[in-house]
Amino acid sequence: MKKILAMTMALAMSLSLVACGGNGTTSSAGSASSQGAASSQGAASSEAGSAAAGEFTTVEEGKLIMSTNAQFPPYEMVADGEGFEGTGFEGIDIEIAYAIAQKLGLELQIDDMEFDGAMLAVQNNSADVMLAGLSYREDRDQVMDFTDSYATGVQVVIVKEGSDVTMDNLGEQMIGTQRGTTGYIYASDTPENGGYGEDHVIAYDNGATAVQALLNDQIDAVIIDQEPAKAYVEANQGLTILDGAWVEEQYCAAVDEGNTALLEAINTALNELIADGTVKQIVDKYITAD
Amino acid sequence: MNLAQLYETLTAAGNLSGWQEMYVNFYKAWFLNDRWIQYFKGLLTTIEVTVIALIIGVALGVVVAVIRTAHDQQRLGRRNPVLGIINALCKIYVTIIRGTPMMVQLLIMGFVIFKSSRNFTLVGALSLGINSGAYVAEIIRGGLMSLDPGQMEAGRSLGLGYFDTMRFIVIPQAFKAILPSLGNEFITLLKDTSLISVIGGKEIVYFAQAIITKTYEAMYPYIIVAIMYLIMVLIFTWLQGKLERRLRESDRR
Repeated sequence: MKKILAMTMALAMSLSLVACGGNGTTSSAGSASSQGAASSQGAASSEAGSAAAGEFTTVEEGKLIMSTNAQFPPYEMVADGEGFEGTGFEGIDIEIAYAIAQKLGLELQIDDMEFDGAMLAVQNNSADVMLAGLSYREDRDQVMDFTDSYATGVQVVIVKEGSDVTMDNLGEQMIGTQRGTTGYIYASDTPENGGYGEDHVIAYDNGATAVQALLNDQIDAVIIDQEPAKAYVEANQGLTILDGAWVEEQYCAAVDEGNTALLEAINTALNELIADGTVKQIVDKYITAD
Repeated sequence: MNLAQLYETLTAAGNLSGWQEMYVNFYKAWFLNDRWIQYFKGLLTTIEVTVIALIIGVALGVVVAVIRTAHDQQRLGRRNPVLGIINALCKIYVTIIRGTPMMVQLLIMGFVIFKSSRNFTLVGALSLGINSGAYVAEIIRGGLMSLDPGQMEAGRSLGLGYFDTMRFIVIPQAFKAILPSLGNEFITLLKDTSLISVIGGKEIVYFAQAIITKTYEAMYPYIIVAIMYLIMVLIFTWLQGKLERRLRESDRR
């Protein structure tokens, strides 16, 4: 018994050491103006450096590390080639983050991981900011600080063509979701809270796997954001999106709770990008209105 | 004041000290909304998968090992061609299974071979069992081959048939020798069940991750899961130790 206790203690101690490993370096706003790289952004060039007012810290000096889950077209995806500006990724969030980083005079580094891991990365200070089609939620706001919204996210339901699944009988189906997304959180909630219960929901590592399971008939429906849904339906024969929105949300970027200086810097940059039409330009590039 | 009340007061108060925050986070990971039931639901699936995979693995392993050994121990010049073909099949099986990662095998089983099955637990158990079978086969083969050929010859010259000699003389001795490595393989199997969440299997890690998505706090769910695995492995090791002691009773000292 003593040995077991000792082993458990040793495990707990080594883990708590890891948990203390967060670090941060200071990056002053002054360095922003010295970097002319922003000129490649066209519209953004004139305001380079103006966004960063106060002093903020990033995990690694001179770098803005963004955590994301790059299986979420058209917001973020792994590029076949070089990707956007050599990041290896492309998509709306990638380009917006790149523009923000330019404004702040930082180099953008993208860390691709699973969606739930991406949220934890920001909280654990292994990444500075998360852009991943992240919807605002009150309980998320308690552990992360959110910027203003830059896009509206609509969650829709993908089903197979000709299936008898409707918005009303979802509770009797097997529903695939992506782990950690609002779709998963709402759907797996108890029926009293408007969900369908854990037994009717399967959380997959990413949306693509859920769609694959739907194609295989392993599940009956997939709840996912509208734009990725469109991309998946277009790419796979025999899928269709149910009419109407399952839920509507606001996409925001998020930083660690209490990192107000960085939040303000990013928020200012983001709002400038929204005001001068850069964000709309980026969104229009990927999403063609129909 | 009970635990729930303490949690309520602490969360309502805000601005917690380190210890209080630890308590609140642990409460959220274990007690809140009866989340501990989810861990045990996952534990049940894990045990179910392990047991099914273990049975499949041992059955496959014994068959493959016996075929491979029987083939390799034939006398030169008197080779059985049918046995040669079955042996080649066994070799292909072992090569493919040992040569590809467990994760890839699971994904292939879940999304290619059994792509219309909704019983993810069983698909997971089957893939784990098939995987384990290859390793168990090699372990058992090692045990059978390590035994002095004189044992088999002695048995046969006493008038026992091939299978009787195997059953009463060769296998009991080989089993004692391979028990530690067999235990190793079973522990690996138990821990590999954590992989089945990639195809939708709802075992412990799946539920821990599900809880993390609701609490946004990774430390306690993962540590709880680690401890649960550790306890299972400790129980298993203890059982294995007992069995080993029991088998040693007949040893000369």
